[in-house]
Amino acid sequence: MEYQVLTVSREGPLGLITINRPAAMNALNTRMVTELISALDGFEKDDSVRCVVISGSEKAFSAGADIKEMAEMTAVRMAMTGHFFPLWDKVGRFPKPIVGALSGFVLGGGLELAMSCDVLIASETTQLGQPEIDIGIMPGGGGTQRLTRAVGKYKAMEMILTGRRIGAEEAKALGLVSRVVPKEAYLSEAKKVASEIASKSPVAVRQAKMAVNKAFEMGLADGLDFERELFYLLFASEDKDEGMKAFMEKRKPEFSGK
Amino acid sequence: MNLETVKTELKNGVLWTTLNRPDKLNAFNEQMGDDLLEVLKEAEKNAEARCVVVTGEGRAFSVGEDLNTNRAVYDSGKPMLLGEVLKRKYNPIVQRIRKMDKPVIAAVNGVTAGAGLGLALACDLRAASEQATFHEAFIKVGLAPDSGMSFWLTRILGLAKAMEVGLLGEPIDSTMAMNLGLVNWVFPADKFREEVAKIAERLAKGPTKALGLTKRALNRAIVVDMDSALEYETYLQDVAGRTRDHVEGVKAFFEKRDARFSGQ
Repeated sequence: MEYQVLTVSREGPLGLITINRPAAMNALNTRMVTELISALDGFEKDDSVRCVVISGSEKAFSAGADIKEMAEMTAVRMAMTGHFFPLWDKVGRFPKPIVGALSGFVLGGGLELAMSCDVLIASETTQLGQPEIDIGIMPGGGGTQRLTRAVGKYKAMEMILTGRRIGAEEAKALGLVSRVVPKEAYLSEAKKVASEIASKSPVAVRQAKMAVNKAFEMGLADGLDFERELFYLLFASEDKDEGMKAFMEKRKPEFSGK
Repeated sequence: MNLETVKTELKNGVLWTTLNRPDKLNAFNEQMGDDLLEVLKEAEKNAEARCVVVTGEGRAFSVGEDLNTNRAVYDSGKPMLLGEVLKRKYNPIVQRIRKMDKPVIAAVNGVTAGAGLGLALACDLRAASEQATFHEAFIKVGLAPDSGMSFWLTRILGLAKAMEVGLLGEPIDSTMAMNLGLVNWVFPADKFREEVAKIAERLAKGPTKALGLTKRALNRAIVVDMDSALEYETYLQDVAGRTRDHVEGVKAFFEKRDARFSGQ
């Protein structure tokens, strides 16, 4: 695929996706959704990719959905094309870990995309919000569900009903981002974290990600059962043998992903 | 850039920013708030400006909010909604100064009061002319501190002294200000600008990136715990280690000469 609004590249075991639509503050449009799905598809199938990093620019991760494009959408067309929904499905079910490298504006669909990632590294200049209410709509890409799960009802309500943006530090205090770093370091730090994840057993990482995500979908008892099943399964992996052996031999493990 | 109420002059890497409503003792009306914010925004972007000095024209630094502009509201007997004024005018100025990645010096040439003092406190360093005086002023008109004053007074003076200044609002002269640590230097009035220029120009020749990172580290350190400060220092030093000025600084050290920093 010829990428127009993304830069897609590889760095060792990392698959890198950079949103690159500077003229529109990296606003999400149909083209970008198609490209994101294609890039994620490619990384999913490629066994040598162990972790994905999604970033934007220092100024904006993504300022949200392209309002010009959205303004022309009819309900019927939205229902027929699915609008951005194929992206939310793709990224929501992506089996490999995704690190979001956030800086500047992370608004609306941009925040929803961020919240579909697994670890969020934020530059201190990051501003996060769901301002859809200001233009007479509401979040439609998982915002009401994921934000509420991340920060709880009352903070989510405040953000979604008033459209107020919060800064990086507040987001960290709320548990909405994993780490806050200087603006010069957000991308390198995200890559560092991604590399660390990429050095672990891909089987274990995949199962662990699945288990954590299930915590939001299941009751505790079912979740614990689910976790236990995945845990047993890992005992059949070569990576488990290698990991434990390396630990006892006091050396670094080399995981094969088997 | 010359605006209606703020004059600027870029000289030897220093952006001199002069509040210019001398007949009103440089009190802030809407225009001056907008103008100062505009100057600060430009200063941030301008790579030639490697240090910013904020000072006042005439005998005052700034006496804070221009109550005359709000006179009609006061005369009408309606309540004055000051929260909006802060959100729109003063808070963004304080935030811009503190977050700017270059040093900002307040050259307190004369009387400073209320939000004018808040502005001076928001700057990274303060030089006072010996004729400068400092007035908390809010309490005298039945208000609580704003424009960051509660934050900086407690951190600069400690809680007990900050309470004294905030609750009693006695004027502070330059000697007292120096003793309290409210200002970094006091200079004679006739040599004031010259002395401030020496400090500002020295900073303007410095490793600008590292100065900005230092500013960020210190501003953060006063609000977080030690472990977080250590973690943040680690990130910042990674950034600083990649600057050209760091390479030049180390090279100069080995060659036993003064470093020539480019600000990059």
